[in-house]
Amino acid sequence: MERLIKERNTQIHTIGSSEHDLACEKKSTAGSVSQRACVFCGSRVVLYPIADALHLIHGPIGCAAYTWDIRGAMSSGPQLHRLSFSTDLREKDVVFGGEPKLKKALTELIESYNPKAAFVYSTCIVGVIGDDVDAVCREVSKEQGIDVIPVMAEGFKGTKKDGYKAACDALSTLVGTDDDYQAPEYSINILGDFNLAGELWILKDYYERIGVNIITCLTGDGRINEIRKCHKASLNVVQCSGSMMHLAKEMKEKYGIPFKKVSYFGIEDMSEALYEVASFFKNDEMLNKARTLVSNEIQELIPALEPYKQKLTGKKAAIYVGGAFKAISLVKALRLLGMETAVVGSQTGNKDDYNLLTKLCDAGTVIVDDSNPNELSEFVKEKGVDLFIGGVKERPIAYKLGLGFCDHNHERKEALAGYEGMLNFAKEVYASVCSPVWQFFNRPSSSTTENE
Amino acid sequence: MDKLPRLKDIRPFVSTRNACKLCSPLGASIALKGIEGCVPVIHGSQGCATYIRRYMISHYKEPVDIASSNFSEETTIFGGAENLKVALGNVIGQYKPKAVGVATTCLSETIGEDVALMLKHIKSLTNEEEWPDLFTVSTPSYQGTHMDGFHATILQMVKTYAKDNTPNDKVNVLPNLVSPADIRHLKEIFADCGLDATILPDYSDTLDNGAWDKYYRVPKGGTSIKDIKLSGGAKATFEMGEFTKVSVGKNNSGNLSAAAWLEKEHGVTNHQTILPIGVKATDTLFENIGKVSGYEMPDKYESQRARLLDSYADGHKYVFGKKAIVYGEEDLVLGICAFLDEIGVEVILAASGANNNLTERLKHYCPSNAETIKVMSDSDFEQINEQAHELNPDFIVGNSKGYYIARDLKIPIVRVGFPIHDRLGGQRIKHIGYEGTQELFDRIVNSLIEYKQDNSPIGYKYI
Ligand code: SF4
Ligand code: SF4
Repeated sequence: MERLIKERNTQIHTIGSSEHDLACEKKSTAGSVSQRACVFCGSRVVLYPIADALHLIHGPIGCAAYTWDIRGAMSSGPQLHRLSFSTDLREKDVVFGGEPKLKKALTELIESYNPKAAFVYSTCIVGVIGDDVDAVCREVSKEQGIDVIPVMAEGFKGTKKDGYKAACDALSTLVGTDDDYQAPEYSINILGDFNLAGELWILKDYYERIGVNIITCLTGDGRINEIRKCHKASLNVVQCSGSMMHLAKEMKEKYGIPFKKVSYFGIEDMSEALYEVASFFKNDEMLNKARTLVSNEIQELIPALEPYKQKLTGKKAAIYVGGAFKAISLVKALRLLGMETAVVGSQTGNKDDYNLLTKLCDAGTVIVDDSNPNELSEFVKEKGVDLFIGGVKERPIAYKLGLGFCDHNHERKEALAGYEGMLNFAKEVYASVCSPVWQFFNRPSSSTTENE
Repeated sequence: MDKLPRLKDIRPFVSTRNACKLCSPLGASIALKGIEGCVPVIHGSQGCATYIRRYMISHYKEPVDIASSNFSEETTIFGGAENLKVALGNVIGQYKPKAVGVATTCLSETIGEDVALMLKHIKSLTNEEEWPDLFTVSTPSYQGTHMDGFHATILQMVKTYAKDNTPNDKVNVLPNLVSPADIRHLKEIFADCGLDATILPDYSDTLDNGAWDKYYRVPKGGTSIKDIKLSGGAKATFEMGEFTKVSVGKNNSGNLSAAAWLEKEHGVTNHQTILPIGVKATDTLFENIGKVSGYEMPDKYESQRARLLDSYADGHKYVFGKKAIVYGEEDLVLGICAFLDEIGVEVILAASGANNNLTERLKHYCPSNAETIKVMSDSDFEQINEQAHELNPDFIVGNSKGYYIARDLKIPIVRVGFPIHDRLGGQRIKHIGYEGTQELFDRIVNSLIEYKQDNSPIGYKYI
């Protein structure tokens, strides 16, 4: 692996080799083809599913064009979030400032589409040309009588993680603004689920079956008015550790709402999540209901998984996803299918995540932070994996090398959460790993790296 | 679940709602992928490069490696020279490219970066021999669309490498933003006509490779810089498209396209056509080829043409008088509309996100539709959507992003151009030449037949 970038050595670790801690939460190295996006991307991912809000992207057209309706975040009602609005700044705006255009754009869009609130994302050049986005938002908010919330998302001001923070800051201006609401007993908020492929609805059903009420989900199938009153919950259940932790912590400080970190991928984690919530409320009936639910679901699921497991046992996987927490769940879920994880990495994991991964995985597993196509292709070759789990950007790497692939990022259109999600996951992994098309491919081994 | 919101009253907006264009460095990146051994670097923050990669990958279904110089907050204050240096070092170390093309972004342009100067300086610090060719193109998106970035890159390539005009036996072919399959078809045409063509740019392999038995960091294929150097002494240039002038970026040197620059600077005659879609436009291309090669059209193409005409006869009734909406890049729109005009389709709306004077050219190439065709420049998909609901088209022609309009109107969409994100094989859609036209014609006719069949109370299976 001589041709990997030297500065990146500290962000790669093979379990059982050296002792160094994995360096993470660093900015990407210039010139490496990072799979990461930018601050804007992070904030957009988190806020986008709020379906009755106007999302206006302030900047030149690219940032808006590339994020138009690319995610599978579903809404049961309004679909305003699926429209892509941009101030589409031009030369003269760059020279003379974009504030007048922003003001006009906001006004016309709010008047036309009647959103419940508006988010205004500042992208890279906005800060540089000196627009006072805050001031414009305040002014329009006053004129239109709705919240107009600036999201400081200039791409270069950090990584995707900083974008999560910016999104949480934006959300936090709404939380607590409706104090009249009386929450029923056993009320929680789900944090960090984006209702991709309707996953939230699966989870909601489980929670409701054990007697838990959900005030809001931040932000899957999100609505402004629900967010306003979500400080009345007794518990925040946080999924996808990266994106919503800031808000969970803040709500704990401000409103004394405790939070629990959970994951909904795989049998173990899904069941654990339900038990955690039930034990939090110290309610025996709820706990019993959870036990029954889990055992019913598992009784149905295990035999359904069996045929897939038989075919998949002993196969190897590489995982490269956005958040490390998700990676952890995936390692466990793959194990349930008899598969081994040979490479695992994430774009935004932190030290705790990586320590956990190190404990969880077998010796010889490569763990990596903020990787790039070159590295990833080296690792899968070296380890001889059969399956790659990642996002859209990793898919062609896998296919070029003749490997199976499963999409586990935000663009996916299959529900993978919960028990039925686990079955979907098994089906998808099976469909890719065991497809006969790979017989025509010469899977590369380390000895056949191209060298020119 | 509600329907997607759509406004009932049509009025102008200063904001853009569902953009019908992409940003300049994306166009630059596609063009740069057409140079042999070239790795694009986008000079700006990480997000732009990642989004552009993702967008291209979803269409071409190929690994697309584009590096970023990864601006941070300090970079925007102190300038990007150091970042660019580190980026180049890493790209060169990892990819061993033959060339590196640096495209600027809104951010680097706004802070006034002089990338050409930086490259010179960076190169002077190293052992020149070992370094790949470095060149840069200025692509601020607030000045134009992805097409401007695409054409600016080609212009910049020839300006950088076509230094002399010692005559050679090659011809230059500038096919515009067409599919890899289109480029392969053009290569075949020129080879069959006895001309040695340098395609600018040729991403027919790099963005549409076969399966690999080993991983290539830089995919094979592309036009070699050696060939670009010869473009100044070529026998002729064949430029496809009429909106190829470069008016954006720092070094655009007065509204010239790459082909026009080669003509002005080196005296290479330019045979300009619109995109060769349809019989008329393809005939013109072959006439021009004949002028340079001195040969008649090869039999193979005579037969392709004859088969196409035969199918026009077989299918003409299904398309005659049908109303269509066409949107996308200005030259694609022009080419498609000219084709639709010659088969009797009534184009009721032609729209592009680019701010060009489409109207006059459309009227010229669409004589049957000239009086009625509605043209929208600098438009977006919501404007098209609102118009579409007023105009009641029978089908629409364009990229995947207009699917939602067709879905709402319950009419067929015939997918062409870029991006095709909701179907397999967007990179293999053929649009040009008699053969490409044939495929397009069949697809249009069959969509209309399928629509009629699906909506008929009787399931005819004999049409
Ligand atoms: S800043 Fe400019 S270059 Fe970057 S994505 Fe936005 S429009 Fe494109
Ligand atoms: S890096 Fe900046 S300009 Fe590029 S996509 Fe992100 S916010 Fe937009």
